[in-house]
Amino acid sequence: MDHHHEHRAPEPTPFGLGEWSVPALLILLLTAYLVAVLSLRERGTRWPMTRTLAWLGGLLLVGAGLVGPLAERAHHDFVAHMAGHVLLGMLGPLFLVLAAPATLALRVLPVGAARRLSRLLTSPPATFLTNPFIAALLNIGGLWVLYRTGLYTATHTDPLLHAAVHIHVPAAGYLFTFAILGGPDPAPHRLSAPWRAWALVASIAAHNVLAKVLYATPPEGVPAEQARAGAELMYYGGAPVEIALIFLVCRPWLLPSREHAPPRRSLP
Amino acid sequence: MDASSPAVQQPRHGRNVTAGILFGLGTIAFVDEVVFHQILHWHHFYDRSTTAVGLVSDGLFHAFSWFATVAALLMVAALHRERTLQGLTFTAGWLTGAGFFQLYDGLVQHKLLGLHQIRYGVNLVPYDVTWNVIAGVLLLAGVVLWIITGRRARRSSRADSART
Repeated sequence: MDHHHEHRAPEPTPFGLGEWSVPALLILLLTAYLVAVLSLRERGTRWPMTRTLAWLGGLLLVGAGLVGPLAERAHHDFVAHMAGHVLLGMLGPLFLVLAAPATLALRVLPVGAARRLSRLLTSPPATFLTNPFIAALLNIGGLWVLYRTGLYTATHTDPLLHAAVHIHVPAAGYLFTFAILGGPDPAPHRLSAPWRAWALVASIAAHNVLAKVLYATPPEGVPAEQARAGAELMYYGGAPVEIALIFLVCRPWLLPSREHAPPRRSLP
Repeated sequence: MDASSPAVQQPRHGRNVTAGILFGLGTIAFVDEVVFHQILHWHHFYDRSTTAVGLVSDGLFHAFSWFATVAALLMVAALHRERTLQGLTFTAGWLTGAGFFQLYDGLVQHKLLGLHQIRYGVNLVPYDVTWNVIAGVLLLAGVVLWIITGRRARRSSRADSART
């Protein structure tokens, strides 16, 4: 048991808010979204219930990857770590992107603030980061750096690195998912669907290859058995999310809606 | 079919073939994963002899096969909706795609890149021969059917343009 304690991340996060900072942040994000939806409804505009549920589901999935029993086990169990990776970096961000938080913010914010947000979303740095190839590099490239350098092992002893990785993974996952889908939030500079599909296929391939490399040569300090089970979970657990992304990219492209309307329909 | 329907204006021969080829690739990858990896356990998740090039080729092959399956099904749905789905043409593409990728898997990935073998601890020759002969037959049947349906599509489009 002592051996496990060595690998546990120290309790306080570098922000000094303790282990409650993550649930507090998630509750804040949920509350802000709900307040926005309610204030929209007060003005007589309906917001789709599916989007609200997607936001709730996404926050729960990200939360499960960050705190609670799975996250606890992930400190010393590579299989649990990989389950966390799929929730935190892939499935959770997909739900959050589908909830269209920027669209909601643009509708409820006062005109001045909405204009500033809109300007921020279309600024050159945002355009650069939401290029699907750049976002893929940050997301999948980040995973390669995490597992193929000493970084993964270092996160077990350095709380700052641990926190940085656990912020980077969902952030890069969100950025990647949004860049690949090019919506439902406004994406004025998005590339055409075939380009986004190529970036997605290349990313899935890089994710597959990384899983097999981890299977063959585990990160330092991870037992071979755990590495193999974790790598297979990464490969097969990631697949449903990847197939969902492929479907969402391809549907408006290959099966456009009957009236040949643009894929993003405006809400009533 | 009346002359003003989109079906006559666009026979969509190429799109039917493309959907078929993509679905053929998806089918081969699916059979490989389900039958040879999961049911028979002849194939392994990772083989020590695998080279870096082999790993990248396998990663791309599987990533693209998922894309191909989804894209093919969506294309079939679109063709079906505009009533331009041609079963025989789609089958031509399907056989061509399946045969081509089976042959690619059997010759390039198994033999040239040494990604993994069909089965372990047995004499491989009968397995390799069976695998690649099946692939060759599928490919040949697909190409022949492709030529036949292509000729037929050209003839019917000529007839249509003569009529209008």
